[in-house]
Amino acid sequence: MKILTCPINGPRPVSEFAYAGEVRHEPDNDSCSDAEWADYVYNRSGIPGVKHEWWCHTPSNTWFIAERDTTQDLVLRTYLHGEQS
Amino acid sequence: MPWRLIRYALSSKHHEPCMFTRHDRLKPSYDVVIIGAGGHGLAAAYYLARDHGITNVAVLERGYIGGGNTGRNTTIIRSNYLTPEGVQFYDASVKLWQDLSSEFDLNLFYSTRGHFTLAHTDAAVRTMRWRAEVNKHYGIESEAVGPAFVKQACPQIDLSCAGHAPILGALYHAPGAVARHDAVAWGYGRGADLRGVEIHQQTEVLGIETQGGKVVGVRTSRGNIATTKVLSAVAGFTPRITDMLGFRTPIYIHPLQAMVSEPVKPWLNPILVSGSLHVYISQTARGELVMGASLDPYELHSNRSTLDFAEGLCGHMLEMFPFLSHVKVVRQWAGMADMTPDFAPIMGKTPVEGFYLDAGWGTWGFKATPISGKTMAYTVAKDTPHPLIPGFSLQRFADFSLTGEKGAASVGH
Repeated sequence: MKILTCPINGPRPVSEFAYAGEVRHEPDNDSCSDAEWADYVYNRSGIPGVKHEWWCHTPSNTWFIAERDTTQDLVLRTYLHGEQS
Repeated sequence: MPWRLIRYALSSKHHEPCMFTRHDRLKPSYDVVIIGAGGHGLAAAYYLARDHGITNVAVLERGYIGGGNTGRNTTIIRSNYLTPEGVQFYDASVKLWQDLSSEFDLNLFYSTRGHFTLAHTDAAVRTMRWRAEVNKHYGIESEAVGPAFVKQACPQIDLSCAGHAPILGALYHAPGAVARHDAVAWGYGRGADLRGVEIHQQTEVLGIETQGGKVVGVRTSRGNIATTKVLSAVAGFTPRITDMLGFRTPIYIHPLQAMVSEPVKPWLNPILVSGSLHVYISQTARGELVMGASLDPYELHSNRSTLDFAEGLCGHMLEMFPFLSHVKVVRQWAGMADMTPDFAPIMGKTPVEGFYLDAGWGTWGFKATPISGKTMAYTVAKDTPHPLIPGFSLQRFADFSLTGEKGAASVGH
C-alpha cells in the first residue's frame, strides 16, 4: 500500500487520506465577473505536472497540502497550510 | 504442425491480411485532422467520409489504433441514463450498435444480455424508479424490478451480499449489451480507410497553429500539416491538447482500473452493476469475467494498476458471488478517464474557431462510440452542433447549466 506522510501524524497508509483537489485561489466574489467565477468553480488545470493539492488525514481530520507529481504519483513533500508554500 | 499449413504460411501467394493502408508520409494539407485513432476518432472519420463526402481526412495517433480507452473499457453498452439529453443520445447509439456488424462485415460479437443496476438502499431504489420513468418516457425498455426477478435472471447471486448490503431491487434494462471493443475501432478504421481517410499511427501532435483565433495547422512529430478543422478525440490526453490552444476546461484525469478472470464455463448471462459495492461484471464469449470498479480516488496521468484495487474489487465480488473464491484473476489494467463535474461529455465547438472537442468521456465513452462519431462528423462538416448534443457543449459550464448525469453514469462516485 502507498504511504503518505501527514505533517502531524507521520507516515500513514494512503487509504487513511482523502484527496480534495488542487489548491486554487478564490477570486473576490463581490467584484469578479460571471466568467471569472465560472472559471473558478468548474475549470481545472488538467495537464500533468507537479501540483499543490489539498489532502485530509481522515482519522484525525488534519487538512494539509501535498506537493505531488501527477505523472509519477510521487509525493515530493507535505506541509500545513500557511507553513511554507 | 501439418506440412501443408507451413507451406501455406510461407507461400508468397497468400499475403497476411492487412486491414489498413500504410501511408509513408503526411500530405501537406487536409480538410480535417482528427487527433486520436480510438473508436471515437475513427467513427468520426468514418461518418465524415460516408455521410458528408469529406475524405481528405487524416487521423493522427500517437500510439496504435484502439490502444487507449477503446481497448481498456469493460465493453458495456446501455442507454438507461437519467437526463433527457443523455437518454436520447445513448439510445441513438444503441440503435447504431445493433447494425454495425453487418455494416462493417466484421463480427463485433455484439451480444444483448440485459443489464441490471442493483439497488442496496432506499435512496438507490428511488433513483432506479426515476431512471425507469425517464427511460420509458423516451421509449426505452427499463423497469424497476424486485430481488426475485434478479435471482431468476442470475440464480448464483447471494441476494443478501454476505449480509452486508442486501439487494432491495434493481433497474432492469433489457437492451444492455457487450461487444468486442477492438473490433469496433478496426471496423470504423477499415471503413474510413476504404473511403480514402488516412490513418497515421506513431504520429504525435506537438502543437496546433492558430491565426486570429482560427485553426490553420497542426505540428506533428512527422512534420507540419495545414488544415482549418481539427477534432480532438483523445480522452485522457484532452487537457494536454486544449493546453496547446491556451484555454481551460473542467476536465480532470483519474485512472479507471479493470481486470479479467481466467475463463470459466458460461454461467453469467446478464450484466450486473452495483453502485453501492462499486462492482460491475459481465462474462465474455470466451468465458472470462470482466470486472470493473470505481475511479481511483485522486488525479493521476498514468496507466498503472494497483493491488489495492484488485483486493477491494475481489472483496465486493465475493460478497455477491462467494463461489468465485477459487477463480483466478489473470489480467489487470487501467485507462485515464477524462472526468467532468456533471458526468456528461463535452462535445462540439470551442472558443477556437475550427477546433472541435469530443471529450469528457470519463467512464462512459465506449457505449457512445457510434453516436459520438456520427454527431461529431455532422458538427465538423456543418460547423454547427448536431441537434443531439447542445446539452453537452463546453459553454454549459460558463452558463451554469449543467447536464447532471452523476446518478446514472457509473459506480461509486
